Amino acid sequence: MSTAAGSAPESEPIRAIKLKHPWRIVFAVVILVIAAVFLIDAARRPAYDWASVAKYLFDRRVSAAALVTLELTVLAMIIAIVLGVLLAVMRLSPNPVLKAVAWFYVWLFRGTPVYVQLVFWGLIATIYQTIDIGIPFTSVQWASFATQAVVNAFWLSVIGLGLNEAAYMSEIVRAGLVSVDTGQNEAATALGMSWGQTMTRVILPQAMRVIIPPTGNEVISMLKTTSLVTAVPFSFDLYNRTRDISAETFNPIPMLIVASIWYLFFTSILMVGQYFLEKRFARGIGDRRDGKGGDGGPTGTLQIVGANQPSVVMPQAHEAGRR
Amino acid sequence: MTDTSIAPAPSAAAITPMVEAVGVSKSFGSNEVLKSISLTVRPGEVLCLVGPSGSGKSTFLRLINHLETLSSGRLSVDGSLVGYRQVGEKLYELHPKDAARQRREIGMVFQRFNLFPHMTALENVMEAPQRVKRQPKAQVEQRARDLLARVGLADRADYYPAHLSGGQQQRVAIARALAMEPKLMLFDEPTSALDPELVGEVLDVMKELASSGMTMIVVTHEMGFAREVADTLVFMDGGVVVESGQPREVLANPQHDRTRAFLSKVL
Repeated sequence: MSTAAGSAPESEPIRAIKLKHPWRIVFAVVILVIAAVFLIDAARRPAYDWASVAKYLFDRRVSAAALVTLELTVLAMIIAIVLGVLLAVMRLSPNPVLKAVAWFYVWLFRGTPVYVQLVFWGLIATIYQTIDIGIPFTSVQWASFATQAVVNAFWLSVIGLGLNEAAYMSEIVRAGLVSVDTGQNEAATALGMSWGQTMTRVILPQAMRVIIPPTGNEVISMLKTTSLVTAVPFSFDLYNRTRDISAETFNPIPMLIVASIWYLFFTSILMVGQYFLEKRFARGIGDRRDGKGGDGGPTGTLQIVGANQPSVVMPQAHEAGRR
Repeated sequence: MTDTSIAPAPSAAAITPMVEAVGVSKSFGSNEVLKSISLTVRPGEVLCLVGPSGSGKSTFLRLINHLETLSSGRLSVDGSLVGYRQVGEKLYELHPKDAARQRREIGMVFQRFNLFPHMTALENVMEAPQRVKRQPKAQVEQRARDLLARVGLADRADYYPAHLSGGQQQRVAIARALAMEPKLMLFDEPTSALDPELVGEVLDVMKELASSGMTMIVVTHEMGFAREVADTLVFMDGGVVVESGQPREVLANPQHDRTRAFLSKVL
């Protein structure tokens, strides 16, 4: 290679012939053919009754039901996320009482089917006919409400779905909190931050990165779980409303398609929202595209705390010395 | 002059020691990592703790700011017991709030930096004075910028830790600890996770800090730093202090076989 001496450092860009992937094309064609056959067939098949689908897709009752489903989802998830964070933090707190309460909650609400729980919530007014405020087991009573008067099927659905989901959310949040490097906790503690400050300022923001993707999953799952509120019974949500309409028209299949289109529309929007949330909480962590870091980008010195390799004197000495 | 005396200054008795350990022991389960450690650190003193891995150096450091609780003995910082309150003969566990108040006075720098990755360098330095001491933001920011300048990182204030080199991260971590205006700084192998060419910049900052009169306890493998900066060198092995004294003396003329064996490997 002695002939290279004196040649300019600027070298010619590579113009290689791209590697061919013939099987990809074959599979793509096969799938397209199958899809086309299915679509053409579906378009002609009378059972799908596309005319009815078009007629009912924007039917006032259906779009109102879609809004109810969205409300149920959002309200239930707000309860679930708030309660879930609280339960997860309780579970990891140094206080054994809080720990036990959180454990029991998750055991109870995760251990029984959501359908069964919704039936129970529906029967709450039968089980507890009045809500009394006073001193238990005495005749002292300051106020009393008829349960029937203060709750309705919608809110019972929200509570039933939210409390059930909180158990799952708490496990998701807990996994996120535990995933944060213990050094973060130590650093915050060593600075004199309280346990609460450490949680809210240091641990939770970092845990969000781990918490958000499965939470997005749970929101999408909740959107569809709302169809179970018929157990309460509550029937103004998307699925049960479309079922009721098809009970009148004796034509269930187009109504199923209508409901599916609405569910897909909402989940698609939720996926977009999740994308932006994930970007927001990736701040400072392995985001090399982020402009704020300036020239830190292309050098070999990028290091993520807790992920870099110690490369000098006795790398494991510290860890070994501690335990 | 015996080599095992730890407080060399004759006037040491007159002033309150910054750190005083008397018979400090620590066990994890049945594993006793520290066995009756006694030593004194005067205000303004720089003490280097050296020794093989597993000798209990880091654990001792973590006891001083109560990241671990001691099993027996007495440990006090600036005259007050760490983690406990003594009334008569009885010891009472401190409320976490009071323990946190004690820790504010003690800065700690970790081997793995432990910067908060979701905050910029400046935010890292500002966090504790702002949230813990509840000082006004403008004042905190000014001091944070001054501290970053002091560690040579004025132009990196808005960088996230992931965009800083290891040496820069560790210097931010030192600035973060200094922001709480501690009276004692603990360094737990501050250069062990760094690439060799980055060690110097961190040691320079520490030297500057030492010359400014800060009381420092440094667990390190950097014998050159210990020789140059430390007032006292303590060699630990197997959970006990094997020997201690003037760093030059200990390094040049170790009295104990274990010290000699260790030094022959690291020097």
